[in-house]
Amino acid sequence: MCQMLGLTAGRFGTRFLGRRVMALVTPSSATMASHGHGHADVSEIADMSKPMYCDRMDTPLPDRAYKDELNAADKTLKEKEKGPWNQLTKEEKIALYRLMFRKTYPEMKQKTDEWKTVMGGIFIFLGLTGLLVWWQSIYVYPAQPRTFDSEWQAKQIQRMLDMRVNPVEGLASKWDYEKGQWK
Amino acid sequence: MSLPKPVMRGLLGRRLRFHLPIAFALSIVAAAAFKYTVTEPRKQAYADFYKQYDAVKEFNAMREAGIFESVRPSGE
Repeated sequence: MCQMLGLTAGRFGTRFLGRRVMALVTPSSATMASHGHGHADVSEIADMSKPMYCDRMDTPLPDRAYKDELNAADKTLKEKEKGPWNQLTKEEKIALYRLMFRKTYPEMKQKTDEWKTVMGGIFIFLGLTGLLVWWQSIYVYPAQPRTFDSEWQAKQIQRMLDMRVNPVEGLASKWDYEKGQWK
Repeated sequence: MSLPKPVMRGLLGRRLRFHLPIAFALSIVAAAAFKYTVTEPRKQAYADFYKQYDAVKEFNAMREAGIFESVRPSGE
């Protein structure tokens, strides 16, 4: 569950996504996709068939601990953890926490400037779309129907007034028939 | 580290006891507002329109404007 939902949220996800995007963009994508050593941006490939770690506010206990390759000092600390915990010093407790987790909750909750990137991207694409729509309105659209001409529209409204369209609360009720003008 | 035990039961009932009267009150207010800003003025507008309505006069005005196909304006 952690790996499915955390793919786009966690940092592992963006690195993985970067590799996929690179594979699509480069011309020899078939050869490059088969081995990962040619890329400078990806140092390790996450094995997504195994439990993954994630920093998510709604998942307090991820599928695996953060550090699974423990050096000798970490291993002795883990052995000490098996005993009574009030014998652990404050620094040891913090070290154990950092073995298990990458970020604390306050660190996870830190606000980023990502919204600026998002809004900037939205406006850029809106702008590009606007240019596209403008070009399209000049070079793609067929001729306007004659019903859009202002003379036709004036004659249309005159006919609607002659027919007394919506005389109680609508169009014809706003026209003064004696004076021949809008009320 | 000894916090009081939180309330475990009756949470939905408490929420309903708080929100239902508000929901009913707001709904009634919305309905009353719509009645007195929309339906009553509209009924009055229709009553006023038909008080002074002369159907034959309106028909002749429309006929002179030339919109009917069954009766042409009196000049033709």
